[in-house]
Amino acid sequence: MDNAVFVVGVGVISGIGNNVPECLDALEKGNAGIGKIKYLRTNHRDLLPAAEVKLSNDELSVISGFAPTTSRTAMLSMIAAKEAWDNSGVNKLPGLRTGFVSASTAGGIDKTEDFFTDFLADNSKGKLRDVLNHECGNITNIVAEKLGIKNHISTVSTACSSSANAIMYGARLIKHNIVDAVIAGGTDALTRFTLNGFNTLLVLDEQYCKPFDENRNGLNLGEGAGYVVLVSARVASLLKQQPYCALTGYFNANDAYHQTSTSFDGDGPYMAMEGALAMSGLKPENIDYINLHGTGTQNNDSSEGAAIQRLFHPHYPKMSSTKSFTGHTLGASAGVEAVFSALAIQRGVVYPNLRLEEPMTAFPFAPETAFLKQQDIKHVLSNSVGFGGNCSSLIFSKL
Amino acid sequence: MKTYIRSAVTISPQETFNNPLFLNELAGYNDNRLTCIEPDYSEAIDPKLIRRMSRIIKMSVASALACLKDAGVTSPDAIVTGTAYGCLEDTGIFLTNMVQEDEEPVTPVAFVQSTHNTIGAQVALLIKCNRYNNTFVSGAASFENAVTDAMMLLAENNTENVLVGGMDEITDMSHTVLTRMGLYKRQPVSNLNLFNTNSKGTVNGEGAAFFLLKNTPSGNDLACIEGIATFYKPEDTAEVKQHIDSFLLSRNINYTDIDLLITGNNGDTKNDEIYTRLQQSVFSKIPSINYKHLCGEYPTSTAFATWLGANIIKNNKIPASLINSDPSKNKISKVLIYNHYQNVYHSLILLSSC
Repeated sequence: MDNAVFVVGVGVISGIGNNVPECLDALEKGNAGIGKIKYLRTNHRDLLPAAEVKLSNDELSVISGFAPTTSRTAMLSMIAAKEAWDNSGVNKLPGLRTGFVSASTAGGIDKTEDFFTDFLADNSKGKLRDVLNHECGNITNIVAEKLGIKNHISTVSTACSSSANAIMYGARLIKHNIVDAVIAGGTDALTRFTLNGFNTLLVLDEQYCKPFDENRNGLNLGEGAGYVVLVSARVASLLKQQPYCALTGYFNANDAYHQTSTSFDGDGPYMAMEGALAMSGLKPENIDYINLHGTGTQNNDSSEGAAIQRLFHPHYPKMSSTKSFTGHTLGASAGVEAVFSALAIQRGVVYPNLRLEEPMTAFPFAPETAFLKQQDIKHVLSNSVGFGGNCSSLIFSKL
Repeated sequence: MKTYIRSAVTISPQETFNNPLFLNELAGYNDNRLTCIEPDYSEAIDPKLIRRMSRIIKMSVASALACLKDAGVTSPDAIVTGTAYGCLEDTGIFLTNMVQEDEEPVTPVAFVQSTHNTIGAQVALLIKCNRYNNTFVSGAASFENAVTDAMMLLAENNTENVLVGGMDEITDMSHTVLTRMGLYKRQPVSNLNLFNTNSKGTVNGEGAAFFLLKNTPSGNDLACIEGIATFYKPEDTAEVKQHIDSFLLSRNINYTDIDLLITGNNGDTKNDEIYTRLQQSVFSKIPSINYKHLCGEYPTSTAFATWLGANIIKNNKIPASLINSDPSKNKISKVLIYNHYQNVYHSLILLSSC
């Protein structure tokens, strides 16, 4: 059962690009996707910047093949999952048991919001079509159907760590011989529900976020989807191209400290990282790059930083938060960042942490500020921390 | 590998919580909505915390804590929940607030508690459990995925027990919306007469059920889970049969080994056709009972069915109130739960005596 699981396909859509090449290009050029809100109808558009995918629902509809009235969450999911699936070549192999494990926190609530305005005025009003796919699970189902995947379909929702847990679950379905190949990751559209939710929590930066900066002032929300295609060694051997990397470690722990904030010493992130390292059989000094959760809030970065210090001191790997580019894509973030992690290994690159002016004084380490090429990246650690204390870490390793 | 159900607790529209009697008397409803019978929570949860909790959180947390207590487990090695709708009441409160206040909602409490993983997180927080914590929101396969996750964990390293739960709630808003979609009976119906109405629609239901699963026997387990499987939108009855055949084959049992079938009939004539067809063919010789007249129809109702099946095995007795036909077998050692929800997800759960 301890057979390895390989990443053989990647797909992503985010505020910095509609596919893998566009996102890589923006990462290299240091182009953040954050800006004034253009597509979401919200009163906060002049005050709160966000990293929207730069396509209207009509444009997303054309690319995804869904009707323009479909939830944006589903259209983003379809575009990234299809890119990953096509990229893997697994869809050309006959007779495999395939699965789609997708994560989301918002699901179809973007359409429910539209429904609600009419519904609240009169309970017999509001288009039922707009609430048909309210449930996160329905978003996954309609995308799976379009992808032609039927053997296993499931949806995970553990707040901001959702897609890390989807990737873990997908890997374990392969190890337990329930499926042969899985598209795993997550999707979330920017919605008024989440924008207002985070706004009432007073954790949104009115400027562009500055993860791991001493003067950081909160997060910017983003939207997008990111998926990896995971397969067993047997399936990997049937493919023409080399896998991007292997998923060698993962661990899920709960901080059990507070519903929305993480413990001061970062117990949850510490346990998640430590557990993932133990599973992969690696020591902290073997990690070459950490893709930080790094939201830019006071609490997250202090807590995650403390956990990194406890585990890595004095051997700090290179690290950065790509949320400085994509904003926080919530249920999609660990999927988007898994794609970036796999690409970091395949291309030997490290992404910069944008807008870092004054590294946090509490720690003896600082994130990278430049795009680094020709790096030998053997092992990448990707962190996720969510509401409800849900912390998960993944380790991707070069073959 | 066998998975042992060490304890099982549910809050449902029946008197199932803190009641040593097993469905000896059924709660009757004359409505298309069955509502959970809630206990006094003050014994189980700190009253200061109760005030902030929505109904689904209270019902779930109380069931989870009681389940751990019954099993004598202070802190499990994992907590996994499954819920199709999540915390609907809080979602509705925040959405309403947001729309009515024109995007200036005053409090984040409902937003924070609307997150789908709130229940798993609240349980972890209350018992300070740092271990694995996951939540599935896979529609009517949410509970099944949670159990699958738990069974995989129990086969992996470092996990001896897992707390698994399935829960969904009805809110006034969700009932209004789902009624508009045509899911429920248009006329008031007695739940105890649900299967004789011969009409369209079912009755709305809800519930929270938790199980403490272990990978070793305790000598005092309710039952074992031998296997669980789901399949998605089968083309026809032949495909359904094929899935059931291969499930039973993978568990090494024949149809004749099944002592009791628990079916997901919900009183909607069209919905129930598939059960009828199977009961005229592959299931024809197996005694069967229904359960949705007890808890109503909802996506995680199989958690209630699992509670029911496990208790039937433990007591070796079907509550008199549920018997359709005279069960021919003296010993009920294998129970198969077969359910489908709107013909999207179908699920099979095989329980056995330990």
